[in-house]
Amino acid sequence: MQRLPWIPILIILTIFAMAIFAPLLAPHDPIDQTLKDKLLPPFWFEGGSTKYILGTDAFGRDILSRLIYGARVSLLVALLALTVGGGVGLTIGIVAGYLGGTIETILMRLVDAAFTFPAILFALLLSVTLGQGLGTLVIAISLLLWASFARIIRGEVLALKQRDFVALAKVRGCSTLRIMATHILPNVLNTFLVLVTLNIGVVIIAEASLSFLGAGIPPPTPTWGLMVSEGRGRIADAWWVALIPGIAITLLVLSVNLFGDWLRDRLDPRLRQL
Amino acid sequence: MGRFIVRRLLHGLVLLFMVATVVFVLGRLTGNPVDLMLPEDATAEDRTRLIKSLGLDGPMHTQFLVFIGNALQGDLGTSIRMRQPAVDLFFSRLPNTLVIIPWAILLAMVVGIPLGVVAALNRGNMLDRGAGTIAVLGIATPNFWLGIVLIFVFSVELGWLPSGRMGGPEHYVLPVITLGTFLTAGFMRLTRSSMLDVLESEFVKLARIKGLSETVVIWKHCLRNAMIPLLTLWGVFVGNLITGAIVTETVFAWPGVGRLTYEAVIYRDFPLLQAVIILKSILILSINLLVDILYAYVDPRIRLS
Repeated sequence: MQRLPWIPILIILTIFAMAIFAPLLAPHDPIDQTLKDKLLPPFWFEGGSTKYILGTDAFGRDILSRLIYGARVSLLVALLALTVGGGVGLTIGIVAGYLGGTIETILMRLVDAAFTFPAILFALLLSVTLGQGLGTLVIAISLLLWASFARIIRGEVLALKQRDFVALAKVRGCSTLRIMATHILPNVLNTFLVLVTLNIGVVIIAEASLSFLGAGIPPPTPTWGLMVSEGRGRIADAWWVALIPGIAITLLVLSVNLFGDWLRDRLDPRLRQL
Repeated sequence: MGRFIVRRLLHGLVLLFMVATVVFVLGRLTGNPVDLMLPEDATAEDRTRLIKSLGLDGPMHTQFLVFIGNALQGDLGTSIRMRQPAVDLFFSRLPNTLVIIPWAILLAMVVGIPLGVVAALNRGNMLDRGAGTIAVLGIATPNFWLGIVLIFVFSVELGWLPSGRMGGPEHYVLPVITLGTFLTAGFMRLTRSSMLDVLESEFVKLARIKGLSETVVIWKHCLRNAMIPLLTLWGVFVGNLITGAIVTETVFAWPGVGRLTYEAVIYRDFPLLQAVIILKSILILSINLLVDILYAYVDPRIRLS
């Protein structure tokens, strides 16, 4: 058994704390523009000041403060999208796996179709038709998730429903709904939990990519993807504006992935192929 | 084989119909799609004319028939910003995307697969850990940011490579690395895990007992079989490349269909975006169909099942 990945856990907890206590931790307002202080480098470089530890962007906004507030968006979107997308996938997986028959065929065809078409395309379309916003973003990213959840959970359920305790529940006269909710569901929760953890990174990258492409939470709300996008044109004279938020994204995704790998090996090693 | 192809083709057409339906429905979620399709300076007459030509004065099912009918005739609407048929715009940009995608795949094959094999052979030691770390980093790094980092290092600081736009071979290096990194990491991980499975199998033992050299056993017998999971996942890889191209082309100002998609999003060019999505879907389905046929040709079990 591998030991607890304490460095990733520490990083995740730090970013969580940043998100929750953002108003207390941020040294400046993340949206306030101080144009005379624009494009200042991080403090350890020449011309930087300890007033703006990680420097400022083209509008003179404090990068550290924007980074701290940006963590809120990343984690909030991850939480909501995993609840919605994961929940839909879990339900469809259980229903398809347990009921079987035509319902299963139809649902699994839908899953196959969802695998064929990149959900990002539909996410972009949604942002144009519904307008940018938290709701649109959550729906869009849920589209990206549900199918892989449904496919794996269904596989688990197919094996579970052959087990004696399910037969026993049937004999005792439990309704189908009751069996699914009280006998099948608790037995796929481990897998579900592992899937959720393994997909946090996917969601964070998707959110950042959509923000970068102008289809995320609209400005001026600071998000990490938007910060990279805003700094892109300034890479020659102010590299920190684009590079620092990217480090934050990579660090967070790396940490949750390493933690997810560990959790998978602990709870459900059969998912190793993923 | 003929029946297999027909079945696959029909399957693809059904999926395409589903995509068209979703696009149609999404365009109508927020009311009249004409408002998404007209430039801001359009007059009331323009509006009425467009409503007429798209059949939007009719009931929903007629509208859908008109939409599908137009699409079948190759009319997917007109770009608001560029005032050109969306289909023409897509096909004029497509070659520029098709010239980088194969290089990204090649990069992933040339780097990812051998690294995966080496990692599997050195399971648990430094080499395996090193390759594993690279793969984990490759998966965790968002490619839009990777592209910017590469520009910063190789264009701004070192001045070795151009930072964008199309041109000679040196213009390809950074976009191909940006687009191919995720795939390379994925190939590596997948090759490693399936190599580990294959190395345990009976036919490998037999090959060794037969006295074949270790090189032949590993790179011929094992690798061939370890490639199967890679083949079954190509659908996911194709999708990944198509979406990866949006970000990569945006970062490197590369005039392909990915950049076109980005432009459609930021300028809220709905007709262009819906056309791009339908055409990309056709592209993905065609590639999938082609690989399916190839796959069935190579492995008879597929076409019989």
